[in-house]
Amino acid sequence: MSDSVSVAIHGVSKVFGHDRNAVTALDDVSLDIREGEFFTLLGPSGCGKTTLLRLIAGFEHPTRGHIDLHGEEISHLPPYRRPVNTVFQSYALFPHMTVAENIGFGLEMQGKSKEETTSTVGEMLRLVQMEDLADRRTDQISGGQQQRVALARALAPRPRVLLLDEPLSALDYKLRKGMQIELKRLQNETGITFIFVTHDQEEALTMSDRLAVMSQGKVLQVGAPREIYAHPAVRFVADFIGDTNFLDAELLEIERDRTELKLPSGKPVSARGAARSVDGKVHIAVRPEQTTLTRDADAAHLEGHIDNVVYSGTDTHYHITLPGGESFVVRTQNRGDSGDEWQAGQTAGIVIEPGAVQILAD
Amino acid sequence: MADNSQRNDSVFEAAAHRARVRRNWLLSTPALIILVLAASGPLLVMLAYSFLQAGDYGGVEYRFSTEGWFQVFLARDIFDDTVSVADAHLSIFWRSARLSFLTTVTALALGFPTAYFIATRPRSSRNLWLFLVTVPFWTNLLIRTFAIMEVIKNQGIVNTLLMSAGVISEPIQMLYTDFAIMLGMTYVYLPLMILPVYASMEKLDFRLVEAGYDLYATRIKVLWRVIIPLVKPGIVAGCILVFIPSLGAYVTPRVLGGGRNLMIGNLIELQFGQGSNWPLGAALSIFLLLVVMVALLLYVRNSQKANNIVRH
Repeated sequence: MSDSVSVAIHGVSKVFGHDRNAVTALDDVSLDIREGEFFTLLGPSGCGKTTLLRLIAGFEHPTRGHIDLHGEEISHLPPYRRPVNTVFQSYALFPHMTVAENIGFGLEMQGKSKEETTSTVGEMLRLVQMEDLADRRTDQISGGQQQRVALARALAPRPRVLLLDEPLSALDYKLRKGMQIELKRLQNETGITFIFVTHDQEEALTMSDRLAVMSQGKVLQVGAPREIYAHPAVRFVADFIGDTNFLDAELLEIERDRTELKLPSGKPVSARGAARSVDGKVHIAVRPEQTTLTRDADAAHLEGHIDNVVYSGTDTHYHITLPGGESFVVRTQNRGDSGDEWQAGQTAGIVIEPGAVQILAD
Repeated sequence: MADNSQRNDSVFEAAAHRARVRRNWLLSTPALIILVLAASGPLLVMLAYSFLQAGDYGGVEYRFSTEGWFQVFLARDIFDDTVSVADAHLSIFWRSARLSFLTTVTALALGFPTAYFIATRPRSSRNLWLFLVTVPFWTNLLIRTFAIMEVIKNQGIVNTLLMSAGVISEPIQMLYTDFAIMLGMTYVYLPLMILPVYASMEKLDFRLVEAGYDLYATRIKVLWRVIIPLVKPGIVAGCILVFIPSLGAYVTPRVLGGGRNLMIGNLIELQFGQGSNWPLGAALSIFLLLVVMVALLLYVRNSQKANNIVRH
């Protein structure tokens, strides 16, 4: 993976409709997507991720701002002039063509020779393991196979960037897992920049080199999956990705790269990074799996009343109410020797692991 | 156990299916009665008449004769009984085929963009546009045809406008020409092209159009390679719906062709009216029917073959 920028999005806004009916789908979005990376746009439906993808593909044009591909502005080029291909959510395979004809369509439109088209189509069929079904009609193959054909069709013209619009959402769980691995393999083999749209946070974390979390037309945070999960910048990101406990805390001391905080229980705790606050109060997030239960009152950061114990195979979840009325979840991994040590109705101390406290910007 | 219940299910399903089939036949009885009484019955009468002898003052005499069919293609000299090809009939057949073909092509050229326009409107306004397409059906065909006459006659709107604008100094003879017939037929049958093409177009998944653009196809390429193949059933239905009635058109060529430019419909009418040759009229009608049926059969066989090639 090189560090050169593939797709650069500069202050792009997209407004649909006019005047009173105007809907802002994207609000001043800026992003740099690097060459050869697997980049994911993650967010709930209606957050603008698909609109952004359609702007890069050329099906829509930005209201403000511009999009560059390898340093050249492409915002106003029609889709057929952009070296960018799309794998559609519904696959959008041509029903009047065979599998091979579908895959060869883009090459034919590019004016490639018959021999070159045939050989590339063969190569693509091998790449997605569909050689046996080349002459089938697209309605005679399964959903997973259609998915592969859609991928092969979009990869055949060797685009600079491949756009994938929730391509796995129509597949069942097992097939989806398989295709996730398949997609990563294809991306490694081809070295093409993938821009992947999904609302599935787990999928985004597993597959991406980097991801952008979006909400209400804005990009909230961009980073590697580990970075986003461990250090969510704002409440929405912390809440949308994984499970999180939210607490209020008071500022004690701010240093250059660490902040000392006072928890509602009165106990001190330190967090990474310098916090900013106007009234001396901040919101913090703590992941449930980075906490444990203890009987040792001195070691405990918080104390609460266990309402519920939920056993889920690999983990056990303890639903706890803190003295201030806030709910808090502690998740511990089950080991061979762990019994039912804690029961509902008991009072327990909560230990927060070092580095587990994340200060939120909002 | 599981097998057993599955077998039971399929037995019940088969019984339910048979009940459905019975009910469907029952529901179609009125349609079947109308078809037999109003379509097949009269056709059989016509078929019988075409093999009878012409009565002196119209009607038929109940004696077997192939004279009607003979006269469809051949003419017998009144003086010396020499047989020659019926040139008059052949030129009428040719005009009918040519004008119907041109009408179909023109209607397609006008109807396809119209259907595309309607199909790409927001769902809420599509019904209004479709409604507007059907408005001409509210007025009698004859009156609409006379209206066209007013537009294209020598002192009509078009010629008057062109002359006052100084484009031409003498009126262009449009009325009573083949052009007038074609114009009239295109006008009358255009909705029959728009509606089926629209019906296909409305079902078109426009994401396929986007996929085409995405894969480097320009607008023209997308039209030819994606849109037209996918709405082909509608185009074919529209062409059949325009071509067949054009071939048998009667009112339009009668009014706009001025009785000089006959089409098959007028020729048939002539045999039952002034010509007093019912067997010939009946034979011509059956002949027209056969031509249309053979053409349709050929088309159906062809399209099945094309499907099989893709299907394997």
